[in-house]
Amino acid sequence: METQIKIRDLNVYYNKVHALKDINLDLPRGQITVIVGPSGCGKSTLLKTLNRFHDLADDTQVTGHVELDGVDLYAPDVEVTEVRTKVGLIAQRPFPLPMSIFENVAYGMRIHKLARGKELRDKVKHYLEVAGLWDEVKGRLNTPARDLSIGQQQRLCLARGLAVEPEVILGDEPTSSLDPISAKFIEERLEELKKDYTVVLVSHVLRQARHLADYLVFMYLGEVVEAGPAEQVLSAPKNDRTRAYLQGEFY
Amino acid sequence: MCRSQPTSWLGRSQDCLKLATRRETARLQTTQDPKLHTQARRIRKDELAARNYRLAASFPLFLLLIMVVGFFLRTQPLLEHSSVWEILSGMQWRPSAGEFGLLTFISGTLSVTLLALLLAAPLCMLTSLFLVEYAKRRALTAILPAIDLLAGIPSVVYGVWGLLVIVPLVPQISGFVQPWLGSIPLFAANNPTGYSILSGGIVLAVMISPIIISVSIEVLRSVPDGLRHGSLALGATRWQTIKKVVLPRAMPGLIAAIVMGLSRAFGETLAVMMVVGNTPLIPRSIFDPGYPLTALIANNYGEMMSIPLYDSALMGAALLLLVIVIIFNLGAALVLIRANRRAQV
Ligand SMILES: Nc1ncnc2c1ncn2[C@@H]1O[C@H](COP(=O)(O)OP(=O)(O)OP(=O)(O)O)[C@@H](O)[C@H]1O
Ligand SMILES: [Mg+2]
Repeated sequence: METQIKIRDLNVYYNKVHALKDINLDLPRGQITVIVGPSGCGKSTLLKTLNRFHDLADDTQVTGHVELDGVDLYAPDVEVTEVRTKVGLIAQRPFPLPMSIFENVAYGMRIHKLARGKELRDKVKHYLEVAGLWDEVKGRLNTPARDLSIGQQQRLCLARGLAVEPEVILGDEPTSSLDPISAKFIEERLEELKKDYTVVLVSHVLRQARHLADYLVFMYLGEVVEAGPAEQVLSAPKNDRTRAYLQGEFY
Repeated sequence: MCRSQPTSWLGRSQDCLKLATRRETARLQTTQDPKLHTQARRIRKDELAARNYRLAASFPLFLLLIMVVGFFLRTQPLLEHSSVWEILSGMQWRPSAGEFGLLTFISGTLSVTLLALLLAAPLCMLTSLFLVEYAKRRALTAILPAIDLLAGIPSVVYGVWGLLVIVPLVPQISGFVQPWLGSIPLFAANNPTGYSILSGGIVLAVMISPIIISVSIEVLRSVPDGLRHGSLALGATRWQTIKKVVLPRAMPGLIAAIVMGLSRAFGETLAVMMVVGNTPLIPRSIFDPGYPLTALIANNYGEMMSIPLYDSALMGAALLLLVIVIIFNLGAALVLIRANRRAQV
């Protein structure tokens, strides 16, 4: 396995709350990493360090290193917008931008001047196809995105995230607000996408973790308790807590 | 069965209600089930409440109508004496000679108000954008009470402040800009005193800023963070996010905030009256004095009532002010509806 994301001595403080404690992790390229653990253990906090979303909060402090292909994302000369272009995020709840379906997907490409004119239209179509939404929306690309169903909106968010050509896709429980069928659909998309992207997911659903994970990270109270190839962690967890969690003894 | 879009919630739910009521009463006639009985009663109560609320909601409109009609009746004597056009376009205000031209006052009101809006609106937008989008949470919570305090200061205090600070300052401003802008009529200096449209505009701008800022802040804060994060997660800068996502979404509310400021500006009397000069001339330059409608009414009502038609003319001025405010509000409502439709996209 080839490491793409290297996390070293990572600590995160929310004001006084020490939310992540000395995290060290190597996440593999081109695979799906799933982060599991009980509520409040710091999964979302860890994910947000990967696209520097903690920069947005006033009182949050991040120390340590997160390297993407050997480049420290927190180095002073690294532009945060560049980090977020390389590391995309699908949020828990979809928030379509206040514009048409077409413009939602075109938005990122326009901002980064990736395409225009016919090329832009072709790319919008392409990414809508990748997200599995094209057939449902091709007749109404210019209607407001907010008219879509929640499941469709989440696929739209996937499409607009892919359109800026990231290398890594983060997902913070991206299926938890969806109905089972839409959730399954997103899962299938993500499985497809790992051919071209590195995927890091937070999941509360053990079934989903078992199904999707190539690499599994188990967190507890702000620490990484166990991390390794999914089969290994699932079949023979080294840590008692991990075993108890995987057997569904606590959530 | 009654699933409906939030936008048409009211209309749709009433349709559902009517249908349900009809169906329920039909069932009620064929059954004695007590449960159904209470249900039908509940629905009927609901219908009754809806009708009463509609009545209550139309009450302010009714008040407005009474005012317009009242003013109109009191203006009648003047209208028998001279035509509407003569009054609106007349430049002469000589009550003893029976001349009641309101044009100078109309232009006074419009110029002071528009100048105030031009000064206040851009600054207020930038202030609230900075406070909500860039400043730390703590700065915002520290400044909000101060803004609310400003909104509560009596207008005579603003007037005195204008008199003591702004009026002496205006001739200096005028002298400063003359070398560059003096040849443009709008900035020509024909008036050595500081009692001017500009003074009125500045005082008024300061007065309406707190309300515009505090409403704008609320509007911006009501834009969900999820939207901003959606844009930022794509590598957009803060400014791109504001321009493309936050502002389009907040636009109807921001327009409403400015309209609230505008309405206050039209009606504000005392502070403006103290600094604007009250000379019945049509202002050509921002350094000229002016005489707004509100000042005309406040300065003269109750005096010289022995002159025929005088009170009728002042009533006419009040009616005119009311009509101007209504026209601006209707215009704003139209802009708002269009902005709303665009924000839906
Ligand atoms: N903005 C914040 N300010 C203060 N404390 C916070 C903040 N966000 C999170 N925390 C705390 O940090 C810890 C980790 O939170 P985090 O959201 O990362 O948990 P999580 O594993 O994602 O939980 P869940 O599964 O419920 O989403 C929790 O104890 C939480 O209370
Ligand atoms: Mg979380």
